[in-house]
Amino acid sequence: MRLLTHNMLASNIKGVTSGYPLRIEAHQSAAKEADFNADFLRNVFPKIDWPALVSAAKTLGYGDLPEEAEPSMLESDEFLRRFHHALLEVHVEEGALVCPETGRRFPVNKGIPNMLLHEDEV
Amino acid sequence: MGGATMDCTTIDVAAVERKGLSRPGSSKTLPRIAQIKLVSQHPEVYEPCDDSFALVDALLADRANLLLHQPTLCLEIGSGSGYVITSLAIMLGSETPTAHFFATDINPHAVETTRKTLEAHGVHAEIIVSDIASGLQKRLKGMMDVVVVNPPYVPTPEEEVGQEGITASWAGGENGRRVIDRILPIADELLSEKGWLYMVTLTENNPSEICQLMREKGYGSRIIVQRSTEEERLHVIKFWREKGDEGKEGSKFGGSGVGSWLSQLPLLSFLRNNGSSN
Ligand SMILES: C[S@@+](CC[C@H](N)C(=O)[O-])C[C@H]1O[C@@H](n2cnc3c(N)ncnc32)[C@H](O)[C@@H]1O
Repeated sequence: MRLLTHNMLASNIKGVTSGYPLRIEAHQSAAKEADFNADFLRNVFPKIDWPALVSAAKTLGYGDLPEEAEPSMLESDEFLRRFHHALLEVHVEEGALVCPETGRRFPVNKGIPNMLLHEDEV
Repeated sequence: MGGATMDCTTIDVAAVERKGLSRPGSSKTLPRIAQIKLVSQHPEVYEPCDDSFALVDALLADRANLLLHQPTLCLEIGSGSGYVITSLAIMLGSETPTAHFFATDINPHAVETTRKTLEAHGVHAEIIVSDIASGLQKRLKGMMDVVVVNPPYVPTPEEEVGQEGITASWAGGENGRRVIDRILPIADELLSEKGWLYMVTLTENNPSEICQLMREKGYGSRIIVQRSTEEERLHVIKFWREKGDEGKEGSKFGGSGVGSWLSQLPLLSFLRNNGSSN
């Protein structure tokens, strides 16, 4: 699971008002090379929750993102490289995503998060 | 579709590529869709069948439009073996370098199979075990430029809907519409302004009513592929938001026979009357 996906996932348990961002419990993570495409990064930037990305990347040991980001930074190749790495190359392989409100753990196995709810959670 | 003993013998346009052979006269071109021999299998996971092939053929038929569309995010709901999302990733591939792919399935065996199939073809999609798009819906709202779905569409007793394993791949409840009717509003939520939805339906699902439902949500629709097998009559329908002139291109009715099918459906007469094409 890329951090792009983590950035898009939220806990939707019944009654939870802000199930975002999910806390990452990583038992195993990985770095995998991905094709760099500046246009993709520029397209997706406005949709990214930046603080969630920064903190997720830190949890996985990547601390090179600036705490705050603004569109003008997308001109910088250095910034784009870091954004690319955090968003697409850092993966959670094994572990869990934890609902910030209820503590419910959504398991991640072989890089695949399981967001299915139990019957009493829908 | 029809349980574990499906007969997948219908011949169609992409059959040659599926087998990993190149078309005559183009021996050097790479296959543009997933190869059956590289598609992973599991006893609890739906194997690519006529409906899967029809959906991939529809995407191939619309490929030129998809390349112009330049999607950023694409999603398959219910990816099963991974045959369709892998094919989509391959066919858009290097020509749409901005495209990124997501796939969901409610069956954990299916997502695992999808993962292996993607890997065997050297393409990537982010995979999530999810009920339609649960967990993604909130944040991905309005972000999907392409959504594809081959839903469980077989009319079955209601009790069979929502069961685990392979049953979930076909059991569609009354008129086969139980899951489809849950998918439509979610797809509407997920699609971007320029977003396109491709969905497989069966005659018994009442596709004209589905188009009407989507019409009420502001969507135009067009049948891209229709195919009759011994046991079922399939249609792959494309939906798009009918706002302004954005994203309109292509011929009015691609493929032969579509017009005559439409003419049998009074509910779809708007398609013939309005000037848009997609
Ligand atoms: C007809 S199969 C299609 C599989 C594959 N896309 C193909 O075309 O070969 C339908 C798939 O949808 C999945 N599915 C059924 N209900 C679902 C739901 N509520 N959410 C997500 N996936 C679902 C099934 O597990 C199955 O893999």
